[in-house]
Amino acid sequence: MLEVTSIRKGIVLDHISSGNGLKIFNKLMLDRVDYPVVLLMNVSSKQMGRKDIIKIENNIDIDLDFLGLIDHHITVNVIEDNKIVSKKKVEIPKKVKGIFSCHNPRCITNFDDYVKPTFHLVSEKTLEYKCSYCEEITKYKL
Amino acid sequence: MNRKPVRHLIEPEDFTIEELNEVVELGKKMYEAPEKYAAVCKGKILATLFYEPSTRTRFSFETAMLRLGGNIIGFSDANTSSVSKGESIADTIRCMSAYADIAVMRHPKEGAPKLASLYASIPIINGGDGGHQHPTQTLTDLLTIKMYKRTIENHTVAFCGDLKFGRTVHSLIRTLARYNTKKFILISPEELTLPDSLKRTLTENFGIELQEVRYIEDVIGEIDILYMTRIQRERFFNEADYARLKDSYLLSQSKLQHAKKDMIVMHPLPRVNEIAYDVDDDPRAVYFKQAEFGVYVRMALITKLLGVDVTC
Repeated sequence: MLEVTSIRKGIVLDHISSGNGLKIFNKLMLDRVDYPVVLLMNVSSKQMGRKDIIKIENNIDIDLDFLGLIDHHITVNVIEDNKIVSKKKVEIPKKVKGIFSCHNPRCITNFDDYVKPTFHLVSEKTLEYKCSYCEEITKYKL
Repeated sequence: MNRKPVRHLIEPEDFTIEELNEVVELGKKMYEAPEKYAAVCKGKILATLFYEPSTRTRFSFETAMLRLGGNIIGFSDANTSSVSKGESIADTIRCMSAYADIAVMRHPKEGAPKLASLYASIPIINGGDGGHQHPTQTLTDLLTIKMYKRTIENHTVAFCGDLKFGRTVHSLIRTLARYNTKKFILISPEELTLPDSLKRTLTENFGIELQEVRYIEDVIGEIDILYMTRIQRERFFNEADYARLKDSYLLSQSKLQHAKKDMIVMHPLPRVNEIAYDVDDDPRAVYFKQAEFGVYVRMALITKLLGVDVTC
Protein backbone atom coordinates (compact mmCIF):
# COMPACT_ATOMS: atom_id res chain seq x y z
CA MET A 1 0.00 0.00 0.00
CA LEU A 2 1.14 3.53 -0.77
CA GLU A 3 2.32 5.28 2.38
CA VAL A 4 2.47 8.99 3.02
CA THR A 5 4.00 10.26 6.20
CA SER A 6 1.76 12.06 8.66
CA ILE A 7 1.99 15.79 9.03
CA ARG A 8 3.27 17.59 12.12
CA LYS A 9 1.07 20.64 12.00
CA GLY A 10 -1.72 21.44 9.62
CA ILE A 11 -5.04 20.18 8.27
CA VAL A 12 -6.19 16.86 6.90
CA LEU A 13 -9.34 16.71 4.83
CA ASP A 14 -10.47 13.12 5.22
CA HIS A 15 -13.44 11.13 3.87
CA ILE A 16 -13.61 13.06 0.63
CA SER A 17 -15.82 11.12 -1.78
CA SER A 18 -13.64 9.42 -4.34
CA GLY A 19 -13.30 11.71 -7.33
CA ASN A 20 -13.89 14.97 -5.45
CA GLY A 21 -10.34 15.29 -4.13
CA LEU A 22 -8.88 16.86 -7.24
CA LYS A 23 -11.82 19.28 -7.57
CA ILE A 24 -11.35 20.46 -3.98
CA PHE A 25 -7.59 20.66 -4.45
CA ASN A 26 -8.15 22.95 -7.43
CA LYS A 27 -10.90 25.02 -5.78
CA LEU A 28 -8.66 25.66 -2.75
CA MET A 29 -5.89 26.57 -5.24
CA LEU A 30 -3.48 24.27 -3.45
CA ASP A 31 -1.33 24.00 -6.56
CA ARG A 32 -0.18 27.58 -5.95
CA VAL A 33 0.98 27.31 -2.32
CA ASP A 34 4.58 27.09 -1.08
CA TYR A 35 4.07 24.61 1.80
CA PRO A 36 3.77 20.81 1.50
CA VAL A 37 0.42 19.49 0.28
CA VAL A 38 -0.55 15.92 -0.55
CA LEU A 39 -3.55 14.70 -2.52
CA LEU A 40 -4.32 11.02 -2.11
CA MET A 41 -6.89 9.50 -4.42
CA ASN A 42 -8.80 6.22 -4.30
CA VAL A 43 -7.56 5.24 -0.84
CA SER A 44 -9.26 2.17 0.66
CA SER A 45 -11.88 3.03 3.26
CA LYS A 46 -13.96 0.67 5.43
CA GLN A 47 -16.70 3.24 5.61
CA MET A 48 -16.73 4.50 2.03
CA GLY A 49 -15.03 1.81 -0.03
CA ARG A 50 -12.79 4.38 -1.72
CA LYS A 51 -12.03 7.89 -0.59
CA ASP A 52 -9.72 10.82 -1.30
CA ILE A 53 -7.62 12.63 1.30
CA ILE A 54 -5.86 16.00 1.25
CA LYS A 55 -3.05 16.74 3.73
CA ILE A 56 -1.94 20.34 4.14
CA GLU A 57 1.22 21.07 6.16
CA ASN A 58 0.03 24.48 7.30
CA ASN A 59 -2.84 25.91 9.36
CA ILE A 60 -4.91 27.68 6.76
CA ASP A 61 -8.40 29.10 6.96
CA ILE A 62 -10.81 26.81 5.18
CA ASP A 63 -14.41 27.81 4.52
CA LEU A 64 -16.35 24.90 5.99
CA ASP A 65 -19.55 26.04 4.22
CA PHE A 66 -17.73 25.77 0.95
CA LEU A 67 -16.50 22.25 1.76
CA GLY A 68 -19.97 21.26 2.93
CA LEU A 69 -21.41 22.38 -0.35
CA ILE A 70 -18.94 20.34 -2.38
CA ASP A 71 -18.99 17.18 -0.28
CA HIS A 72 -20.73 16.82 3.07
CA HIS A 73 -18.91 13.56 3.86
CA ILE A 74 -15.64 15.38 4.55
CA THR A 75 -14.03 15.38 7.99
CA VAL A 76 -11.63 18.22 8.78
CA ASN A 77 -8.86 17.19 11.16
CA VAL A 78 -6.63 19.84 12.70
CA ILE A 79 -3.16 18.52 13.53
CA GLU A 80 -0.79 19.91 16.17
CA ASP A 81 2.45 18.11 17.16
CA ASN A 82 1.53 15.09 15.05
CA LYS A 83 -1.78 14.67 16.91
CA ILE A 84 -5.36 15.36 15.92
CA VAL A 85 -6.49 18.19 18.20
CA SER A 86 -9.90 18.70 16.62
CA LYS A 87 -12.11 16.79 14.25
CA LYS A 88 -15.06 18.34 12.53
CA LYS A 89 -17.51 16.86 10.06
CA VAL A 90 -18.69 19.41 7.55
CA GLU A 91 -22.40 19.92 6.88
CA ILE A 92 -24.42 21.17 3.97
CA PRO A 93 -24.67 24.88 4.84
CA LYS A 94 -28.13 26.29 5.59
CA LYS A 95 -27.02 29.74 4.46
CA VAL A 96 -24.44 30.54 1.79
CA LYS A 97 -22.92 33.93 1.06
CA GLY A 98 -20.65 34.86 -1.82
CA ILE A 99 -19.75 31.30 -2.85
CA PHE A 100 -21.77 30.97 -6.05
CA SER A 101 -23.91 33.29 -8.11
CA CYS A 102 -27.67 33.41 -8.65
CA HIS A 103 -28.87 31.64 -11.78
CA ASN A 104 -31.55 34.26 -12.37
CA PRO A 105 -30.17 36.59 -15.08
CA ARG A 106 -32.45 39.38 -13.81
CA CYS A 107 -31.26 39.18 -10.19
CA ILE A 108 -29.67 42.34 -8.77
CA THR A 109 -26.77 40.29 -7.39
CA ASN A 110 -25.58 39.74 -10.95
CA PHE A 111 -25.38 43.50 -11.60
CA ASP A 112 -24.48 45.39 -8.43
CA ASP A 113 -20.90 44.73 -7.28
CA TYR A 114 -21.71 45.92 -3.78
CA VAL A 115 -23.86 42.93 -2.95
CA LYS A 116 -22.74 39.35 -2.41
CA PRO A 117 -25.23 36.71 -3.53
CA THR A 118 -26.83 35.12 -0.48
CA PHE A 119 -28.93 31.97 -0.38
CA HIS A 120 -30.94 29.79 1.99
CA LEU A 121 -31.05 26.02 1.60
CA VAL A 122 -34.43 24.70 0.45
CA SER A 123 -33.49 21.09 -0.38
CA GLU A 124 -30.54 19.11 1.02
CA LYS A 125 -31.28 16.29 -1.40
CA THR A 126 -30.96 18.37 -4.54
CA LEU A 127 -28.72 21.14 -3.12
CA GLU A 128 -31.27 23.78 -4.12
CA TYR A 129 -30.87 27.24 -2.66
CA LYS A 130 -33.29 30.17 -2.66
CA CYS A 131 -31.79 33.58 -3.41
CA SER A 132 -32.34 36.03 -0.54
CA TYR A 133 -32.86 38.85 -3.04
CA CYS A 134 -34.88 37.55 -6.00
CA GLU A 135 -36.14 34.27 -4.41
CA GLU A 136 -35.27 32.23 -7.50
CA ILE A 137 -33.93 28.73 -6.91
CA THR A 138 -30.33 27.96 -7.83
CA LYS A 139 -29.07 24.38 -7.82
CA TYR A 140 -25.45 24.22 -6.72
CA LYS A 141 -23.12 22.21 -8.93
CA LEU A 142 -19.37 21.92 -8.45
CA MET B 1 -30.54 57.04 21.59
CA ASN B 2 -33.13 54.30 21.08
CA ARG B 3 -34.69 54.59 17.64
CA LYS B 4 -37.69 52.60 16.54
CA PRO B 5 -36.70 49.95 14.01
CA VAL B 6 -37.45 51.01 10.45
CA ARG B 7 -40.19 49.05 8.70
CA HIS B 8 -40.08 48.36 4.96
CA LEU B 9 -42.51 46.84 2.48
CA ILE B 10 -40.39 44.76 0.12
CA GLU B 11 -42.63 41.73 -0.17
CA PRO B 12 -46.19 41.17 1.05
CA GLU B 13 -44.95 38.89 3.84
CA ASP B 14 -43.35 41.90 5.52
CA PHE B 15 -46.85 42.63 6.84
CA THR B 16 -48.97 40.26 8.89
CA ILE B 17 -52.55 39.62 7.75
CA GLU B 18 -53.69 41.97 10.55
CA GLU B 19 -51.41 44.70 9.24
CA LEU B 20 -52.60 44.16 5.66
CA ASN B 21 -56.19 44.43 6.87
CA GLU B 22 -55.31 47.57 8.82
CA VAL B 23 -53.85 49.24 5.70
CA VAL B 24 -56.81 48.16 3.55
CA GLU B 25 -59.32 49.46 6.12
CA LEU B 26 -57.47 52.76 6.45
CA GLY B 27 -57.27 53.01 2.66
CA LYS B 28 -61.06 52.57 2.53
CA LYS B 29 -61.54 55.38 5.08
CA MET B 30 -59.18 57.63 3.13
CA TYR B 31 -61.09 56.91 -0.08
CA GLU B 32 -64.36 57.84 1.61
CA ALA B 33 -63.08 61.05 3.23
CA PRO B 34 -59.63 62.07 1.90
CA GLU B 35 -59.92 65.64 3.16
CA LYS B 36 -59.61 64.44 6.77
CA TYR B 37 -56.05 63.33 6.09
CA ALA B 38 -54.92 66.32 4.04
CA ALA B 39 -52.21 67.44 6.48
CA VAL B 40 -51.13 64.30 8.33
CA CYS B 41 -47.79 64.14 6.45
CA LYS B 42 -47.05 67.85 6.47
CA GLY B 43 -43.27 68.38 6.42
CA LYS B 44 -42.54 64.83 5.29
CA ILE B 45 -40.76 63.99 2.02
CA LEU B 46 -41.26 60.97 -0.20
CA ALA B 47 -38.43 60.03 -2.57
CA THR B 48 -39.57 58.29 -5.74
CA LEU B 49 -36.65 56.32 -7.16
CA PHE B 50 -37.89 54.94 -10.47
CA TYR B 51 -35.17 53.13 -12.40
CA GLU B 52 -37.80 51.89 -14.84
CA PRO B 53 -40.81 53.58 -16.49
CA SER B 54 -44.06 53.72 -14.57
CA THR B 55 -47.31 55.61 -14.89
CA ARG B 56 -49.74 54.45 -12.24
CA THR B 57 -47.35 53.43 -9.49
CA ARG B 58 -45.26 56.60 -9.59
CA PHE B 59 -48.14 59.03 -10.05
CA SER B 60 -50.30 57.30 -7.48
CA PHE B 61 -47.48 57.46 -4.93
CA GLU B 62 -46.84 61.11 -5.71
CA THR B 63 -50.56 61.89 -5.57
CA ALA B 64 -50.84 59.97 -2.31
CA MET B 65 -48.05 61.98 -0.65
CA LEU B 66 -49.40 65.29 -1.95
CA ARG B 67 -52.90 64.43 -0.72
CA LEU B 68 -51.41 63.74 2.72
CA GLY B 69 -49.83 67.21 2.75
CA GLY B 70 -46.27 65.99 2.16
CA ASN B 71 -43.71 66.71 -0.55
CA ILE B 72 -41.92 64.62 -3.16
CA ILE B 73 -38.46 64.40 -4.69
CA GLY B 74 -36.98 61.80 -7.00
CA PHE B 75 -36.29 60.67 -10.54
CA SER B 76 -38.26 58.75 -13.12
CA ASP B 77 -35.34 58.01 -15.40
CA ALA B 78 -32.18 56.48 -13.99
CA ASN B 79 -30.15 58.22 -16.71
CA THR B 80 -30.74 61.56 -15.01
CA SER B 81 -29.17 60.42 -11.73
CA SER B 82 -25.74 59.18 -10.62
CA VAL B 83 -26.94 55.68 -11.33
CA SER B 84 -25.90 56.31 -14.93
CA LYS B 85 -22.35 56.80 -13.60
CA GLY B 86 -22.42 53.34 -12.10
CA GLU B 87 -23.32 54.20 -8.50
CA SER B 88 -24.33 51.22 -6.39
CA ILE B 89 -27.81 51.02 -4.90
CA ALA B 90 -26.29 50.96 -1.41
CA ASP B 91 -24.58 54.33 -1.95
CA THR B 92 -27.66 55.92 -3.55
CA ILE B 93 -29.97 54.83 -0.77
CA ARG B 94 -27.65 55.90 2.04
CA CYS B 95 -27.71 59.43 0.64
CA MET B 96 -31.45 59.40 -0.05
CA SER B 97 -31.95 58.39 3.58
CA ALA B 98 -30.54 61.76 4.55
CA TYR B 99 -32.76 63.69 2.13
CA ALA B 100 -36.17 62.04 2.49
CA ASP B 101 -38.35 60.46 5.16
CA ILE B 102 -39.54 57.51 3.07
CA ALA B 103 -38.72 56.15 -0.39
CA VAL B 104 -40.39 54.04 -3.05
CA MET B 105 -38.17 52.20 -5.52
CA ARG B 106 -38.96 50.59 -8.84
CA HIS B 107 -36.12 48.68 -10.45
CA PRO B 108 -35.82 46.33 -13.44
CA LYS B 109 -33.55 43.98 -11.50
CA GLU B 110 -35.13 41.54 -9.10
CA GLY B 111 -34.20 42.01 -5.45
CA ALA B 112 -33.01 45.62 -5.87
CA PRO B 113 -35.45 47.10 -3.29
CA LYS B 114 -34.46 44.37 -0.84
CA LEU B 115 -30.83 45.40 -1.30
CA ALA B 116 -31.79 49.06 -0.76
CA SER B 117 -33.63 48.19 2.46
CA LEU B 118 -30.44 46.68 3.91
CA TYR B 119 -28.64 50.03 3.70
CA ALA B 120 -31.51 52.49 4.27
CA SER B 121 -32.33 54.26 7.48
CA ILE B 122 -35.77 55.27 6.17
CA PRO B 123 -38.69 53.01 5.15
CA ILE B 124 -38.28 51.53 1.66
CA ILE B 125 -41.28 50.51 -0.40
CA ASN B 126 -40.90 48.10 -3.29
CA GLY B 127 -42.65 49.74 -6.24
CA GLY B 128 -42.02 46.69 -8.44
CA ASP B 129 -38.78 44.80 -9.10
CA GLY B 130 -38.47 43.05 -12.45
CA GLY B 131 -40.74 40.03 -12.63
CA HIS B 132 -40.46 39.45 -8.90
CA GLN B 133 -42.82 41.39 -6.61
CA HIS B 134 -45.17 44.35 -6.54
CA PRO B 135 -46.57 44.49 -3.01
CA THR B 136 -48.29 47.88 -3.28
CA GLN B 137 -50.27 46.62 -6.27
CA THR B 138 -51.31 43.80 -3.98
CA LEU B 139 -52.57 46.31 -1.42
CA THR B 140 -54.49 48.01 -4.24
CA ASP B 141 -55.93 44.64 -5.30
CA LEU B 142 -56.94 43.76 -1.75
CA LEU B 143 -58.77 47.06 -1.34
CA THR B 144 -60.53 46.51 -4.68
CA ILE B 145 -61.63 43.01 -3.67
CA LYS B 146 -62.79 44.35 -0.31
CA MET B 147 -64.80 47.13 -1.96
CA TYR B 148 -66.51 44.91 -4.56
CA LYS B 149 -66.74 41.51 -2.86
CA ARG B 150 -67.02 42.70 0.78
CA THR B 151 -64.53 40.08 2.02
CA ILE B 152 -61.06 39.08 0.82
CA GLU B 153 -61.46 35.39 1.73
CA ASN B 154 -63.31 32.53 0.05
CA HIS B 155 -63.42 33.50 -3.61
CA THR B 156 -62.52 31.50 -6.69
CA VAL B 157 -59.74 33.59 -8.15
CA ALA B 158 -58.38 33.07 -11.66
CA PHE B 159 -55.15 34.62 -12.93
CA CYS B 160 -54.82 34.98 -16.69
CA GLY B 161 -51.96 35.91 -19.01
CA ASP B 162 -48.29 36.21 -18.11
CA LEU B 163 -48.02 34.29 -14.86
CA LYS B 164 -44.30 33.66 -15.24
CA PHE B 165 -43.02 37.23 -15.24
CA GLY B 166 -46.13 38.97 -13.84
CA ARG B 167 -44.91 40.45 -10.57
CA THR B 168 -48.42 41.62 -9.64
CA VAL B 169 -49.61 38.01 -9.88
CA HIS B 170 -46.72 36.72 -7.78
CA SER B 171 -47.40 39.17 -4.97
CA LEU B 172 -51.18 38.80 -4.98
CA ILE B 173 -51.29 35.02 -5.23
CA ARG B 174 -48.92 34.65 -2.27
CA THR B 175 -51.03 37.04 -0.27
CA LEU B 176 -54.39 35.47 -1.12
CA ALA B 177 -52.88 32.13 -0.12
CA ARG B 178 -52.43 33.60 3.34
CA TYR B 179 -56.10 34.57 3.31
CA ASN B 180 -57.01 30.86 3.26
CA THR B 181 -57.81 30.59 -0.42
CA LYS B 182 -58.32 26.90 -1.25
CA LYS B 183 -57.92 26.95 -5.02
CA PHE B 184 -56.53 29.14 -7.79
CA ILE B 185 -57.24 28.81 -11.49
CA LEU B 186 -54.19 29.60 -13.61
CA ILE B 187 -54.82 30.48 -17.26
CA SER B 188 -51.71 30.95 -19.38
CA PRO B 189 -49.79 29.64 -22.36
CA GLU B 190 -47.34 26.88 -21.51
CA GLU B 191 -44.37 29.26 -21.83
CA LEU B 192 -45.77 31.69 -19.27
CA THR B 193 -46.99 29.46 -16.45
CA LEU B 194 -46.44 30.35 -12.79
CA PRO B 195 -42.80 29.69 -11.69
CA ASP B 196 -42.30 26.21 -10.24
CA SER B 197 -40.86 27.53 -6.98
CA LEU B 198 -44.03 29.57 -6.38
CA LYS B 199 -46.27 26.65 -7.31
CA ARG B 200 -44.36 24.52 -4.84
CA THR B 201 -44.83 27.09 -2.08
CA LEU B 202 -48.57 27.29 -2.75
CA THR B 203 -49.15 23.55 -2.83
CA GLU B 204 -46.67 22.40 -0.17
CA ASN B 205 -46.85 25.24 2.34
CA PHE B 206 -50.49 26.21 1.94
CA GLY B 207 -52.11 23.02 0.58
CA ILE B 208 -53.74 24.98 -2.22
CA GLU B 209 -55.18 23.30 -5.30
CA LEU B 210 -53.92 24.79 -8.55
CA GLN B 211 -56.00 24.22 -11.67
CA GLU B 212 -53.97 25.02 -14.78
CA VAL B 213 -55.88 25.61 -18.02
CA ARG B 214 -55.02 27.10 -21.39
CA TYR B 215 -58.25 28.97 -22.24
CA ILE B 216 -60.49 31.41 -20.36
CA GLU B 217 -63.61 29.91 -21.98
CA ASP B 218 -63.03 26.57 -20.21
CA VAL B 219 -63.47 28.02 -16.73
CA ILE B 220 -65.14 31.44 -17.03
CA GLY B 221 -68.40 30.30 -15.41
CA GLU B 222 -66.65 29.24 -12.17
CA ILE B 223 -64.72 32.44 -11.49
CA ASP B 224 -65.51 35.09 -8.83
CA ILE B 225 -62.47 37.27 -9.52
CA LEU B 226 -60.72 37.27 -12.89
CA TYR B 227 -57.27 38.88 -12.67
CA MET B 228 -56.03 39.71 -16.18
CA THR B 229 -52.39 40.57 -16.90
CA ARG B 230 -50.42 41.87 -19.82
CA ILE B 231 -47.88 39.84 -21.74
CA GLN B 232 -44.93 42.15 -21.05
CA ARG B 233 -42.48 42.96 -23.81
CA GLU B 234 -39.79 44.09 -21.36
CA ARG B 235 -39.62 40.68 -19.67
CA PHE B 236 -38.65 38.81 -22.84
CA PHE B 237 -35.12 38.29 -24.00
CA ASN B 238 -36.17 37.83 -27.57
CA GLU B 239 -38.68 39.70 -29.67
CA ALA B 240 -39.89 36.62 -31.54
CA ASP B 241 -41.20 34.94 -28.37
CA TYR B 242 -42.96 38.15 -27.37
CA ALA B 243 -44.60 38.55 -30.78
CA ARG B 244 -45.82 34.97 -30.73
CA LEU B 245 -47.46 35.18 -27.30
CA LYS B 246 -48.60 38.78 -26.94
CA ASP B 247 -52.11 38.27 -28.26
CA SER B 248 -52.63 34.87 -26.65
CA TYR B 249 -55.40 35.90 -24.29
CA LEU B 250 -58.09 38.40 -25.05
CA LEU B 251 -61.10 38.94 -22.83
CA SER B 252 -64.07 40.08 -24.89
CA GLN B 253 -67.71 40.86 -24.20
CA SER B 254 -68.73 37.58 -25.86
CA LYS B 255 -66.58 35.56 -23.44
CA LEU B 256 -68.02 37.51 -20.51
CA GLN B 257 -71.55 36.37 -21.39
CA HIS B 258 -70.76 33.03 -19.78
CA ALA B 259 -69.36 34.57 -16.58
CA LYS B 260 -71.14 35.01 -13.24
CA LYS B 261 -73.17 38.21 -12.93
CA ASP B 262 -71.18 39.29 -9.87
CA MET B 263 -67.75 38.30 -11.15
CA ILE B 264 -65.24 41.16 -11.22
CA VAL B 265 -62.53 41.71 -13.83
CA MET B 266 -59.33 43.20 -12.40
CA HIS B 267 -56.16 44.30 -14.18
CA PRO B 268 -53.08 46.08 -12.77
CA LEU B 269 -52.85 48.10 -16.03
CA PRO B 270 -51.55 49.10 -18.48
CA ARG B 271 -53.54 46.82 -20.75
CA VAL B 272 -52.47 46.36 -24.34
CA ASN B 273 -54.31 43.56 -26.10
CA GLU B 274 -55.74 41.46 -23.32
CA ILE B 275 -59.06 43.20 -22.62
CA ALA B 276 -61.20 44.38 -25.53
CA TYR B 277 -62.43 47.96 -25.23
CA ASP B 278 -66.04 46.77 -25.31
CA VAL B 279 -65.53 45.21 -21.88
CA ASP B 280 -64.92 48.64 -20.29
CA ASP B 281 -68.63 49.46 -20.05
CA ASP B 282 -69.52 46.16 -18.41
CA PRO B 283 -70.26 46.70 -14.69
CA ARG B 284 -67.98 43.75 -13.90
CA ALA B 285 -64.95 45.62 -15.27
CA VAL B 286 -63.42 47.30 -12.21
CA TYR B 287 -59.85 47.97 -13.37
CA PHE B 288 -60.11 51.75 -13.59
CA LYS B 289 -61.61 51.94 -10.09
CA GLN B 290 -58.80 49.60 -9.03
CA ALA B 291 -56.24 52.15 -10.27
CA GLU B 292 -58.08 54.87 -8.34
CA PHE B 293 -58.06 52.83 -5.11
CA GLY B 294 -54.30 52.58 -5.53
CA VAL B 295 -53.87 56.18 -4.43
CA TYR B 296 -55.79 55.71 -1.18
CA VAL B 297 -54.20 52.45 -0.15
CA ARG B 298 -50.77 53.99 -0.81
CA MET B 299 -51.76 56.95 1.37
CA ALA B 300 -52.58 54.44 4.11
CA LEU B 301 -49.27 52.64 3.58
CA ILE B 302 -47.20 55.83 3.74
CA THR B 303 -48.82 56.86 7.03
CA LYS B 304 -48.29 53.39 8.49
CA LEU B 305 -44.60 53.22 7.58
CA LEU B 306 -43.98 56.79 8.75
CA GLY B 307 -45.90 56.12 11.94
CA VAL B 308 -47.85 59.36 11.71
CA ASP B 309 -51.04 59.96 13.66
CA VAL B 310 -54.13 59.31 11.53
CA THR B 311 -56.77 59.49 14.24
CA CYS B 312 -58.75 62.23 12.55
